[in-house]
Amino acid sequence: MSDKRNLFNKVWDLHTVQTLPGGQTQLFIGLHLIHEVTSPQAFEILRDRGLKVAFPDRTIATVDHIVPTGNQARPFQDSLAEQMMSAIEKNCAEFGVTLLDLKDDRQGIVHVVGPEQGLTQPGMTIVCGDSHTSTHGAFGSIAIGIGTSNVAEVLATQTMFLNRPKVRQVVVNGELAPGVYAKDVILYIIQQLGVQGGVGYAYEFAGSTFDNMSIEERMTVCNMSIEGGARCGYINPDQKTVDYLKGRPFSPQGADFDRAAAWWLSLASADGAEFDDVVEFDAADIEPTVTWGITPAQSVGVSQPLPRVRDVAPEEQKLIREALEFMGLEEGQPIKGTKIDVAFIGSCTNSRMSDLREAARIAEGHKVAPHVKAIVVPGSQLVRKQAMEEGLHLIFEAAGFEWRAAGCSMCLAMNPDKLQGREVCASSSNRNFKGRQGSPTGRTLLMSPAMVAAAAIEGHVADIREFAGAPV
Amino acid sequence: MSINQIKSITATGISLLLDDIDTDRIIPARFLRCVTFDGLGEHAFEDDRQQDPSHPFNQPQFQGAGILAAGRNFGCGSSREHAPQSLMRWGIKAIIAESFAEIFFGNCGSLGIPAVKASRPDLEKLAAAIESNPKLMVTVDLEKMQVTAGSVTFSITMPDSARDALVTGQWDYLGRLLSAADKVSEHAKSIPYLSGFRA
Repeated sequence: MSDKRNLFNKVWDLHTVQTLPGGQTQLFIGLHLIHEVTSPQAFEILRDRGLKVAFPDRTIATVDHIVPTGNQARPFQDSLAEQMMSAIEKNCAEFGVTLLDLKDDRQGIVHVVGPEQGLTQPGMTIVCGDSHTSTHGAFGSIAIGIGTSNVAEVLATQTMFLNRPKVRQVVVNGELAPGVYAKDVILYIIQQLGVQGGVGYAYEFAGSTFDNMSIEERMTVCNMSIEGGARCGYINPDQKTVDYLKGRPFSPQGADFDRAAAWWLSLASADGAEFDDVVEFDAADIEPTVTWGITPAQSVGVSQPLPRVRDVAPEEQKLIREALEFMGLEEGQPIKGTKIDVAFIGSCTNSRMSDLREAARIAEGHKVAPHVKAIVVPGSQLVRKQAMEEGLHLIFEAAGFEWRAAGCSMCLAMNPDKLQGREVCASSSNRNFKGRQGSPTGRTLLMSPAMVAAAAIEGHVADIREFAGAPV
Repeated sequence: MSINQIKSITATGISLLLDDIDTDRIIPARFLRCVTFDGLGEHAFEDDRQQDPSHPFNQPQFQGAGILAAGRNFGCGSSREHAPQSLMRWGIKAIIAESFAEIFFGNCGSLGIPAVKASRPDLEKLAAAIESNPKLMVTVDLEKMQVTAGSVTFSITMPDSARDALVTGQWDYLGRLLSAADKVSEHAKSIPYLSGFRA
């Protein structure tokens, strides 16, 4: 009899140490990624209780959130950042955890580094004290963001308690039109299902649109599962997943790899697998998408006008008004043409090679508008190196973009990269919350990296479909 | 009888009936540049408070409040435990909302902060009662699963596992997980990627 369980439930069952009478599962965690922001208090808990890290070889650390992408000389100019950096160095040394720090060329955004190093593999349970841990679901793993108390629990026991979520299959079929990217697909899904639509669910992204995506594109989709309320999202492993992992430093080697690949592929939800809910979308309905508001669901296709307050459900009107007021936008106005001040290409959503190549393709031979500050922040040192080998930095710099060192940068602005005052930023990141990019009144428009590049050059939100191939 | 048992909380209330309040708003990222959670209380809702002098957390009559009434999808976004930490250190001991984002909900559980759900109409009644009398005592009763504030009474919900942990004082999850260390070591042997994919 065939296994009717979807991938999520197979992986969950495999990692279940015990189920408590109240229904909670004690789940074994296969990979624990840590970084400088959410770990210091967790190590302090271990110290207070006289505990060790239970499985130090299943834990790996890097630094990303507070890392300056300009001057990285130590001590950092920001003494608080320096204190955090010193803390993770001390904690990792004391507790025997491998740290990929600034001196290590494997350093970068934790959700770029894990896959790049082959640490992230199908069938694993992966946690990190960061909500965008959902990124790793692109490989067919259960990957969830956790709080600092949980970080302490996983450090000390390699397990944590969780309630098993329901699983919703989010199906998208069809080919994406030119100029429509993975980022647009996930922004569209969130727009359709809402920022709270996924609460209580894991999302399985399935259908030909995802089948046709590269692994990097799949990471962009899974990365923003959390913006739709789903604590994790995943895509079933296939031959692309296997090919991506072959030869990476932490991937299984030799005969182990062949056994691993066979196991990985066996985990995929089979035809006829059961789900708690299924929703379907058509790729043809998705156009380049831009957020206009203060939640990632407040978005429109670039050719569409902003919603009118009277057209939305009464309970949503207050939120829409608050967003319009904060953003300084009018209901019913087009999003296209909205003037920007800053362009940011980077973040765990869109800072990988395919993102940079696409943005460089748009930028090549153009100039950033004179009033726009534009920065490109690669997701990891290795991405940065590869991009420079391909000459992408020269294209960006010739166009007037700043080429930076790897880190989280202006996605959350815990480092020197910040918006000022009421600046509007075209951003390839994942959150347009009030104040997210470092200025309490700063404004964020989320879009694909290619759309950010086009906006940087035009000086306002542009439709990439009209921009592509336009004369210099 | 555990000293950690949380069966009922009584305090004055404060209401913030807005939807999709994210954790960046509860505690802006610049305050995460720290290695302890000390001092986060004074920065709860810092940017919202700066921009809106009428923000409830600015109002003198609500200083000292311990029960927060909130809207839908409260605590969405970042996993930062700094968010419930800052609310707790500001003085919040329990949160009643229409719904919660999951990571935030879990973080509240880790800190022993009851995060319970109520219907929007009930929350609006509670908010009105708090507005008209900031000194009104609000009780969140986890045994009866009920909120009482003067003449306002309504039922609340919470997953059994989270409620039981608070009521029985077993929300120190680390201690419970540690007690299963032998089971964990044994279980690890059955995980394919920990055994050369031969398991």
